[in-house]
Amino acid sequence: MLTTETKNEILAELAHSETNRMACIEALKIAQREHGWVSDEDLCEVARLLDLTPDEVDGVATFYNLIRRRPVGRNVILLCASVSCWVMGYVQLRARLLQVLGVELGQTTEDGRFTVLENQCLGACDHAPALMINDDLYHDVDPEQLGDILAKYA
Amino acid sequence: MAAFNQQSNPDQRPLTAKIQPDGRALSLKDCEAAGGYRAVRRALGTMAPGDVTQLVKDSGLRGRGGAGFPTGPKWSFVPMGDNAPRPKYLVVNADEMEPGTFKDRLLLEGDPHQLIEGVILAAYAIQADISYIFLRGEYVLAEQRLATAIAEARGAGLIGKNILGTDYSLEVHLHTSAGRYICGEETALINALEGRRANPRSKPPFPQVCGLRGKPTIVNNVETLCNLPHIVNNGTEWFKGLSLTPNGGTKIYGVSGKVKRPGLWELPMGTTARTILEEHAGGMRDGLKLRAIIPGGASTDFLLESQLDVAMDFDTVAKAGSRMGTGTMIVLDDQTCPVGMVHNLMRFFASESCGWCTPCREGLPWVEKILEAMERGEGQPGDLEQLSRHVTALGMGLTYCALAPGAMEPLGSGLKHFRDDFERHIRDKRCGWS
Repeated sequence: MLTTETKNEILAELAHSETNRMACIEALKIAQREHGWVSDEDLCEVARLLDLTPDEVDGVATFYNLIRRRPVGRNVILLCASVSCWVMGYVQLRARLLQVLGVELGQTTEDGRFTVLENQCLGACDHAPALMINDDLYHDVDPEQLGDILAKYA
Repeated sequence: MAAFNQQSNPDQRPLTAKIQPDGRALSLKDCEAAGGYRAVRRALGTMAPGDVTQLVKDSGLRGRGGAGFPTGPKWSFVPMGDNAPRPKYLVVNADEMEPGTFKDRLLLEGDPHQLIEGVILAAYAIQADISYIFLRGEYVLAEQRLATAIAEARGAGLIGKNILGTDYSLEVHLHTSAGRYICGEETALINALEGRRANPRSKPPFPQVCGLRGKPTIVNNVETLCNLPHIVNNGTEWFKGLSLTPNGGTKIYGVSGKVKRPGLWELPMGTTARTILEEHAGGMRDGLKLRAIIPGGASTDFLLESQLDVAMDFDTVAKAGSRMGTGTMIVLDDQTCPVGMVHNLMRFFASESCGWCTPCREGLPWVEKILEAMERGEGQPGDLEQLSRHVTALGMGLTYCALAPGAMEPLGSGLKHFRDDFERHIRDKRCGWS
């Protein structure tokens, strides 16, 4: 169930959108802020608000990398897998990150604290390797500093 | 904030002249004090829309998003006059998702008002009613700064109804993407703005005539638009004079990989790759040798060390067998496995294929699996022929858009330049680098 606040935010977006459909991606992003992902139930609510079918909205939701249709942890780590990061030590950074958290790519830690996903390029190529945690960008990441970075997130 | 060349003469680097050393963005007031929005006042006050288009045509400005299409001629396909379909749209492609590319981030974070001024000028030239800035979702700081700058500009009457008291009106909206490389393709971007899956559209019709919501639409890259205020202020001869070659203006070049000083520099168009790598990026880290570069983002052909004296502009790099692309080069050093690098690139393209057309959807994962097996030591005789067949089968004209042909550029050139490395992986049944 989306909160009234979320629904109102989606309706506000709809009010200044040229068409209902043009608000679809933004509406999904707003809905996703509640739990970090969009459940079937939330997706149907978004569809009702936009007057689109759930299938239409799901077709959009499953296309885009930053809309998530499966549960995620409280913090989402986007590990940059771009060619620049690969040259600068992505493989070692990924190995260390997954080892520290005890998960595979795409998985969530047992305590629900972190989900690790790949990102195709964070655009921080001159400071590779890079990763993002929620809205925070970290660059020139030394695998040995990961503990300090992760400690900032509850 | 990325590093750039603050030491050089600001007159020679107009796009980055107002970017502050401490990384903050100028407020509207400070921006105007430094000459911002002068071009808008001049264009809207003294020039007809067609004059702006003609000026940009005469300047020879070419699109900085990667393809290098001439900007003025692109605009000239938009229907003009009272009978033109409405609304018309000017869309900013700020979806910088080409791996290894980080140049627009500098412009978006460092001087958002410069982009907005460019937007107003381009929109005025084509008489657009609405502009969308299509920004990639991960650029959080750029989003905040653009939102602030748009609000400031609206408050000052620089965007909105009757700009600066003229009869020209323009609404500007910021759209943040939900992420997908294909959104950088202009017709896919238009589908994304319409709230659809971002599959590319068939052309013709071209967006200039039938784009967003079926109306005339121009899609321009961030760096392209940022050039406009300076062309209006200083003229076409000045613009051409910034360049070392017939492709006018400056270019924001970037280097990533194992060089001493990775970064971004605004330099005369046509600066050689060697100058950028050695003088600006400081050369290779100690103990490493440069083997090759990918000159302009993931979808460009490798150039070998012996080709580094190429002038980095659209025409010269093309003659050397590659493309300037985005102008942000990625360095392959002699301690890094070229097969692994190509595998990383193919993994990217396979994952970002939109799935619309069969050669791309099926071919790219096949290529990726062959390379992955090769890296694991499970390469088979015949793999190289299979990869070469894909380079041909996914070439330009055989797929719906340029994604797969772009992917084939580093694969085809990699197979050519690093043949020994590929063969050794198969023969020795292992990657000798890891």
